[in-house]
Amino acid sequence: MTDSTSAVAPPESFRGAVWAQFRKHKGAVFGLIVLGLLIVFSVIGPLVWNPEKLTVVEALKSKNLGPSLTHPMGTDQLGRDQMQRMMAAGKVSLAVGFVAMIIAIFLGTLIGVLAGYFKRLDGPLMRLTDMFLALPLIPLLLVMVMLFRDDLSRAMGPEMGAFVLIVFAIGVTSWMHAARIVRGEVLALKEREYVLASRSIGATPRRVILRHILPNVVSPVMVAATLGVAEAIITESVLSFLGLGFPPDFPTWGRLLFEGLEYMQLYPERVIFPGLAISLTVLSVNYIGDGLRDALDPRIRGR
Amino acid sequence: MKLTTALMGAVAALAFAPAAFAERGADGNVNVLYWQAPSILNPYLSSGTKDVEASSLILDGLAGFDEKGVVFPRLAESIPTVENGGISADLTQITWKLKPGLLWSDGTPVTSADAKFTYEYCTHPEGGCAQAARYEGISSIETPDDLTIVITFAAPKPNPYTAFVGGTSPILQAAQFANCLGAAASTCTEQNFKPIGTGPFMVTDFKVNDVVTLAANPNYRDPAKPAFATMTLKGGGDAAAAARAVLETGEFDYAWNTQINPEQQMQMAAAGKGVLLNGFGTLVERIEMNQTNPSPDLPEGERSTTKHPHPFLTDIRVRKALSMAIDRQILVDIGYGAAGRPTCNLVPAPELFASPNTDCLVQDMEGAKALLEEAGWVDADGDGIREKDGMPLKILYQTSTNPVRQDFQAVIKDWWTELGVDVELKNIDASVFFGGDAGSPDTFQKFYADVEMYANNFDGTDPEPYLAQYKCDKIPGPENQWQGENINRFCDPAYDALVDELSKTSDMAKRGEIAIRLNEMLTKDTYIVVPLVDRGRLSAASNTLGGVVLNTWDTELWNAQDWFRVK
Amino acid sequence: MLTFTLRRLLLAIPTLLLISLVIFLLVDLAPGSPASEIPLTVPPEVRMKILEALGVNEPLHIRYLLWLKQFFWVEPLNGFDAIFGTNYAEGMQRIISYQSRSPVFPLIGERLPQTLTVIGTAYLVGVLIALPIGIYSAYKQYSLFDQFGTMFAMIGFSVPTFFTGTLFIIIFAVWLGWFPTKYDTTLEVTDWDSFLTQLRQMAMPVMVLGLANAAAISRYMRSSMLENMSQDYVRTARAKGMDERTVVLKHVLRNSLIPVVTVIALGIPSIFGGAIITENLFGVNGIGSALIQAIRGNDLPMVQTLAFIFAILIVAFNLIADLLYGMLDPRIRYD
Repeated sequence: MTDSTSAVAPPESFRGAVWAQFRKHKGAVFGLIVLGLLIVFSVIGPLVWNPEKLTVVEALKSKNLGPSLTHPMGTDQLGRDQMQRMMAAGKVSLAVGFVAMIIAIFLGTLIGVLAGYFKRLDGPLMRLTDMFLALPLIPLLLVMVMLFRDDLSRAMGPEMGAFVLIVFAIGVTSWMHAARIVRGEVLALKEREYVLASRSIGATPRRVILRHILPNVVSPVMVAATLGVAEAIITESVLSFLGLGFPPDFPTWGRLLFEGLEYMQLYPERVIFPGLAISLTVLSVNYIGDGLRDALDPRIRGR
Repeated sequence: MKLTTALMGAVAALAFAPAAFAERGADGNVNVLYWQAPSILNPYLSSGTKDVEASSLILDGLAGFDEKGVVFPRLAESIPTVENGGISADLTQITWKLKPGLLWSDGTPVTSADAKFTYEYCTHPEGGCAQAARYEGISSIETPDDLTIVITFAAPKPNPYTAFVGGTSPILQAAQFANCLGAAASTCTEQNFKPIGTGPFMVTDFKVNDVVTLAANPNYRDPAKPAFATMTLKGGGDAAAAARAVLETGEFDYAWNTQINPEQQMQMAAAGKGVLLNGFGTLVERIEMNQTNPSPDLPEGERSTTKHPHPFLTDIRVRKALSMAIDRQILVDIGYGAAGRPTCNLVPAPELFASPNTDCLVQDMEGAKALLEEAGWVDADGDGIREKDGMPLKILYQTSTNPVRQDFQAVIKDWWTELGVDVELKNIDASVFFGGDAGSPDTFQKFYADVEMYANNFDGTDPEPYLAQYKCDKIPGPENQWQGENINRFCDPAYDALVDELSKTSDMAKRGEIAIRLNEMLTKDTYIVVPLVDRGRLSAASNTLGGVVLNTWDTELWNAQDWFRVK
Repeated sequence: MLTFTLRRLLLAIPTLLLISLVIFLLVDLAPGSPASEIPLTVPPEVRMKILEALGVNEPLHIRYLLWLKQFFWVEPLNGFDAIFGTNYAEGMQRIISYQSRSPVFPLIGERLPQTLTVIGTAYLVGVLIALPIGIYSAYKQYSLFDQFGTMFAMIGFSVPTFFTGTLFIIIFAVWLGWFPTKYDTTLEVTDWDSFLTQLRQMAMPVMVLGLANAAAISRYMRSSMLENMSQDYVRTARAKGMDERTVVLKHVLRNSLIPVVTVIALGIPSIFGGAIITENLFGVNGIGSALIQAIRGNDLPMVQTLAFIFAILIVAFNLIADLLYGMLDPRIRYD
C-alpha cells in the first residue's frame, strides 16, 4: 500500500513511525489484544483444553449443562463440551472471516481503483459489478459448489477443499460494495489538486495510484473490511445451513449460533458465547482498522 | 380474571355436548398456521402436503380415511364393499352412490358427471396431473345416472379405494374446470386459486404462498356445520415459530407440522396455552445401504450403478454390524421425543401389514464388533480403523440438511467410530437432495455415497406400491435419468416374485402376510434398509379449539367441519 | 450531464440483456429441480409427466427466448390491457410460475405492498438513525457517545438477523406480549385502530432490519466524516471564523457523502429484494420470501423475473448514484 521506493521516508523509519502512532491508539491496542486472545483461544486452546472423549451414552447423561468448572461453557444437546467446540469453531471462523475478507477487499479495491482512475475501464468494470450485484446469491453458490466441490475435496481432502471453496465463494460474491465505494472516492480524488499536480509533472498512473490515491481510500476500505469479516463469518453459517459448507460435524461460530437458536430460551449460554465471539472479533477488527487508518494518515501521524 | 376463566372453563365443560349441535358460523374466526404456505388450491396440480391439505378444506372426495385409517363416506352414501355388492366379485369394478341432494358451494347440484370429469381432467396426457397414481389402472368410468359412478379397472384391484378417496383425489366441479383440460390447466388461475367445492369452507381470498381466507360454505351438506364462520390459513416462518405462535403467544388456534426438538416441546407445552398432538403413520427415518460402488474414481455414468458392486456393503455381516451398533431409543430421545418411536420395520403400520420384528431395538456393540471380525475386518495397524485386504473400512454418510438429521449423523458416527469404521459426513440442501435433477451429483437417487439417511412413507393405507419400489427393474441409473425408486440397488428375483404375488392377492389377511414377508426381506433378513425411527406427525392446537383429531392417513384438516370454539 | 445520462441509459440495454442471460444460465445450471417439491410418494412416471407439463424439458435457448418475449412484449401488453381495458394480449402465454401455475406478475404485485412498507420503513429508519449517529460520532471522535455508537454498530452488524429476530420475538411477543409474531398481510388500514395494529405488527421486523442497516451506514458516515475533518479546507473555514455548525454540516458533510451515497444507492434496490430471513421469520411474505421459496422449488420463471427486476433497479440506482456524485462534487466529470 505504501511506496517503498519513496525517497522522502526510508522504509524502516516509515514502518516505525506507523507502529509508534498505532501504539498510541488505545482502541487499536485493545483490539489487537482481544484479537490475539481469540486467536490464542482457538489455536492453542485445543492443546490445553482437551476433555476426554466420551461414548454417546455417557455424553448424553451430561447434555445441556450450564457453565461449570468441568464445562466452562456448558454442554450442547448431545453432551459435547461447548468450549472445545468453540475452540475448533474459532479456528475455522477466524480463518474464513479473514481470508474471505482479504479476497473481497483486494478484488473490490483493485476493481474500484481501476474503474475510478481509468475512464476507459469504468464502463465495463462497473457493468460487471452491476451483474454480480444482480446475480441471485444462492443459485450462484449452488452452482459453484456443484462444479468444484468434488474436485477440490479429492485434491485437498473434504475439510481443506470445503475451506478453499467457501472462502473463494464468499470472496467473489462480496467484493462489489467495496468496489463501488472505492470507485466513488477515486472519482473525486483524481480531480483533487495534488493528484492533478502529480499527474502534470508526469508521474506514472502506477505511482499516482500508489502514492496519492490508495492512502486516501484507506478509511472506507477499512470500514468495508471490518464489516466484511462479520459478513464472511455469518455467510459461512448460512452456507453450512444450506449444506454447502463444511461437513456437518465441523463446528463454526456461525453454525453454533444458528444451532443454539432453538435452545435460546432454555439455555441462553448456547447463543451468548458464539454471538460474543463473533462480536468481539468484529469489534477488535474495527478498532485495529481505526488505529491503522490514523497511523497511515500522514497528517495525523505528523501531529 | 383468573376466576372468570375458571368459571368459563366449567361452563365449557357443561356445554361440551351441546357444542355438537351448534349453529353454522356461530363461533367466529379460526386462525390456522401452516408454516409452509399453500401455493395453489388444486391438489391435481401440486402434490405438496401444504397444498393438498389446504385444498381439502374446500374440495371433498367420495370418501376419506379416518384417524384409524378406516375408509368412511364423505359425498358417497356408503362405502362399497364386496359384501354389500358395491365391489364386483372379480374385483374389477366398484360402484359408488352419491348422497342425494348434494350442492356445490355455488348452489348447483353435484352429479356423477363431475366425478367422471375429474377423472378425465387428471388423466389427460398433457395435464401433468400430480395425482395420476390415484387413477392408475382404471379402464373406464361410467355414469348410468346422476348419482351413480361405476369405476372399471383393467385388472383385479385388491385396493379400489384410490380414485376419489382421501384429500389427494377430491371431485372438481365440471362446470368450473371445463376449459382447463390438458395444457390449459395452468391458464386457469382463477379456478386453481378459488375452486368451487363441497367441503366445509370456500375461498374468499387467496394470496399465493402467504394466506388463504375462507368462509363457511353456505351449501355444506350438514346444515349445522362448520361452527366457524371464517378461517384464516396463514403461512410463513418455521416449525418452532409456528409452535410458539400457538403454544406461547396464543395468536393461532392450530399449527401444522410443528416438528421441534423434545426440549422445546416440553418448554412450549408448559406455557399452558395449547397442546401438542401427535399421531403415527407410516413415515420411517431410515439408513439405506448402497449395494453399488459410489467411488469417485469410477468414470461418470458408472458410479453407483449395477456395473460395480459395492466393495463391502454387499456383505450382510457388515450391514448387520452397522445396524447393531445403533441405539434407536437414544435417537428418538435426541430428535423426536413424543413424536417418534424406534422401529425395525420399513412398513410400521397399518397393523395388518406391520411385522412384529423388534430384533434391532437392542444395541449390541460387542456383537457388532465380533461380526466384523468374523467377516475379516480387523484393525491390523492399530489406527482404530478396521481393514480387510489393505482396504480401510471407510464410509461416506450423506443426508439432507436438517438439525435433527445432523444430530443423528453425529451420534451414529460416534457409534460407528467405536466399531472401528471411519465415517465421513456430508449434508446436502433438501431442494438439491430430493430434487432429482439428473445433472446434480448430490441427489438421493444418484446415491454417490455409501449410506444415506432420509424418511419416506406411502400414500393411504396400502403398502403394495411402496414395497414394489425395491424391484430389480426400478434401480436408478443413467439409462433412466436416475429416476428409479430402488435407491439401494437391491435386486432379488425371489423378492420380485413375491411382489407380483402380492399384486394378484385380494384376500386381506394373505396380503398382510406377504407384505410382512417382503418387509422382513428388506430389513431383518438382509439389512439392506436399516429403519431407525417411526416418525409421527406433531401439530399444535390451542386449548380454545375443540374437535381436533389428528389424522395421519388423510389430510390433517380432514375434520375441520367439526372444529368449534371451546367457550 | 444529459448526454452522459442518455449514453448510460442506452448502454444499459445490452448490459441488462447480458445480465438476464447470465441469470438464466445460472438458475438453469443450479442443481435442483421443480420436482423437489413433489413428495416421494409420487411415482417417477407421474413426476416426469408433471415436469413435462411445466415445459422444463424444452431446450434452453427456446425457454430463454420465450422468457424474453414474455417479459418484454406479453407482460407489458397485459399491463396495457389492464389499464385501458383492451385485449391485445389475449391468448398469449404469460410468464407462469411453476409453483402456483399462475402468472408471475400478479404474484409480485401481491407481495410488493408489504415489502415496500416493512423493508422500506426499516431502511428509512436505519438511514435516519445512522446519519446523525455517524456525524456526531465523527465530530466527537473517541467521546463516550462515539464509543457507545461504535459498540452499537458493531453488535448490530455482527449479530445476524436470524438471531435478533428470534430474540425480539421471545422478548416482545412471548414475555411482554406487545407485538404479534406474525404479520397479517390482509390487514387494511382504514382508521386509527387499524393503523395502530399495522404499526404494532410492523414494529419487530422494522426494528430488526433497521438495526442492521443503521449499523453499516453509520460506520461509513463516521469514517468519511473523520477523513474530511482533518482536511485543510476545514481548518481554513474555521480560521475564517465560520461557525462550527456551518463548517460541519455544510462543508464537511457534503464532502463526506460520496461513500454514503454509494452505500445507500446499493441498499435501495435491496428494499425491493426484500429481506429473506426477516420476512420469513415474521410471516411478512414479501418479495424476499417469494424469492427464496422460488429458489428452493427451482421455480425458474419466478427466480428469473425477480432477479431481473432486481438487476434493472441496481443498474438504475447506480446510475443515480453516479449523477449524485457529480452534484456533490462538481469536480467529478464524466464527459
